[in-house]
Amino acid sequence: MKLHEHQSKELFARYGIPTPKGKVAYDAETAREIAKQIGLPVVVKAQVLVGGRGKAGGVKLAKTADEVEEYAGVILGMQIKGLPVRKVLIDPAVSAQAEIYLGIVVDRAQGAPVMMASAAGGVEIEQVAQETPEKIKRETIDPVLGLQAYQARELGFGIGLDKKLVGEFAKIALALYRVFVDTDASLVEINPLFITTDGALIAADGKLVLDDSALDRHHDLEALRDADEENQAEREARTAGLSFVKLDGNIGCMVNGAGLAMATMDVIKFYGGEPANFLDIGGGAKADKVAAALRIILADPNVKAVLFNIFGGITRGDEVARGIVEALGQVKTNVPMVARIVGTNAEEGRRILADAHMQTAASLEEGAKLAVEIAKAN
Amino acid sequence: MSILVDKNTRLLVQGITGREGMFHTKNSIEYGTNVVAGVTPGRGGETVLDVPIFNTVREAVRETGANVSVIYVPAGGAADAMLEASAAGIPLVVCITERVPVQDMMRVKNEFNARGTKLIGPNCPGLISPAQAKVGIIPGDICIPGPVGLVSRSGTLTYEVVDALTRQGNGQSTCVGIGGDPVRGLNFIEILELFQNDPETRAIITIGEIGGTDEEKAAAYIKAHVTKPVVAFIAGQTAPPGKRMGHAGAIIEGGTGTAEEKIKAFRSVGVPVARYPVECAELIAQVL
Repeated sequence: MKLHEHQSKELFARYGIPTPKGKVAYDAETAREIAKQIGLPVVVKAQVLVGGRGKAGGVKLAKTADEVEEYAGVILGMQIKGLPVRKVLIDPAVSAQAEIYLGIVVDRAQGAPVMMASAAGGVEIEQVAQETPEKIKRETIDPVLGLQAYQARELGFGIGLDKKLVGEFAKIALALYRVFVDTDASLVEINPLFITTDGALIAADGKLVLDDSALDRHHDLEALRDADEENQAEREARTAGLSFVKLDGNIGCMVNGAGLAMATMDVIKFYGGEPANFLDIGGGAKADKVAAALRIILADPNVKAVLFNIFGGITRGDEVARGIVEALGQVKTNVPMVARIVGTNAEEGRRILADAHMQTAASLEEGAKLAVEIAKAN
Repeated sequence: MSILVDKNTRLLVQGITGREGMFHTKNSIEYGTNVVAGVTPGRGGETVLDVPIFNTVREAVRETGANVSVIYVPAGGAADAMLEASAAGIPLVVCITERVPVQDMMRVKNEFNARGTKLIGPNCPGLISPAQAKVGIIPGDICIPGPVGLVSRSGTLTYEVVDALTRQGNGQSTCVGIGGDPVRGLNFIEILELFQNDPETRAIITIGEIGGTDEEKAAAYIKAHVTKPVVAFIAGQTAPPGKRMGHAGAIIEGGTGTAEEKIKAFRSVGVPVARYPVECAELIAQVL
């Protein structure tokens, strides 16, 4: 789960990281009022959970109250990468002499957090990593000991910071690590960390991605979730305990297991079709869950066929089949369905489905081929 | 022979009295696995499925000589359960639980490395050495003993491929599901090394998926150290970047972790990559 810039910066401030004292507005008039309170000039920043806001015109410097209202009005009517902008952050403008990057990620290979710093801040770190990797300094953090002050100093000196700033930089780095641990984050970023013309450090932008698996112990943070982060189908799927990703094709997929779900999409593509979604219904196939999954898949008007791919395993094939038939009773549709069921009692399962007028297949390849043909003919 | 678990496995089940734990323990026992103990704090002295329950792992190890632990406890307690097993001296811990927070896993991994405890998982189906021991949730009835070693990041995809192998008459030495999380225990390389050194294993299947660079590392390791034939499958060729595909670790980030790169890495070291899952079995039949 991602947090907005203003939410991230509010958290940073609680840990003593210097941040601009900005406020959020949901309409242009309030934006104007806030700007008057905090003093002009200000930066009007779209609060939306995607990168590239600046390039899309979602970040503007406003010198007068009229400009604030005008820009806020325009930005609040924008969509950035398909997401509507519903709020803007009004931050006091800060004049910077340099922009630094500071962030912590989970390094999968080492199984440890890594802190990264770069003097080339203000652009996406992936871009720096690709074009000028020597400009990124890294420190692997012992997950038990935590980030040490000497590591933060090494990073500060390593990116060529003035020695007068290294102490303050280390303080910010240590605070950022505490944010990372306390929120169970999988990524935390200050980009850019400004060096102001007065020679101070201030977090001009902030990003925090929380570990979805840890949200059970952070209900306060989960409450900050922005409904726009997910589309309606993804939200319904999450509430139903399903793993779902919408895609652009026309063959709906319902599969048990994430790896098999991906492989099912791949096989559909291999036979010349396009999957409409990724969907993992998890172990077993209880009628309610199948029905919820089916509703989500069929809400997409592009879907011309649905392929069920269930590897029974420990769940019996006939039980799975009964679940599907029961679900079909709950969700009325004319979209043709193909079911491939394997595992214990699979033949019995296929017979039950055939009686319910579903096409059945014995293998994934056969099922995918059939679904592709049906989708093309439909 | 086989790797990691066999006839000498003395299995301890942490979370044996829970719904999942009990269901899968029953399956393991019926399969012939030697389940010697269960642990549920506060229920020591009871028996479940004729297996004695202990309050702590340390006590269970002392009383029964358990040498492998499988964990079914819920995500909130999984890290604690893994650390308890390691501290009690269990050399191999298998964590089935999914949704274990990644920061918990980083601390657990650190501790396991320091103690030299082997970990499989979390978020995995466990492992099975057919006709010897079943530790976890891989269905026993689709497996038969034989010469193929299998290592996979996905559960059901493992079943799919094993089922195809078995129908062909090609049995398995051991099937290991290493799990779908970004930070996990044993990885492809460690399992490949074990298969390379296992005299019964004559060919190896690796099933990977998008996210991270473990498959690329596996390919480099195969080139340098593995003389047995290896075939691979990579799931997620049609997965969009930036989206988590079910498994916490299955995500293309910052342009890395694509199926294309992984397929290329395997092919460049002469490992054939199946186009669809059951083609793994067809490719294996050609090299056996």
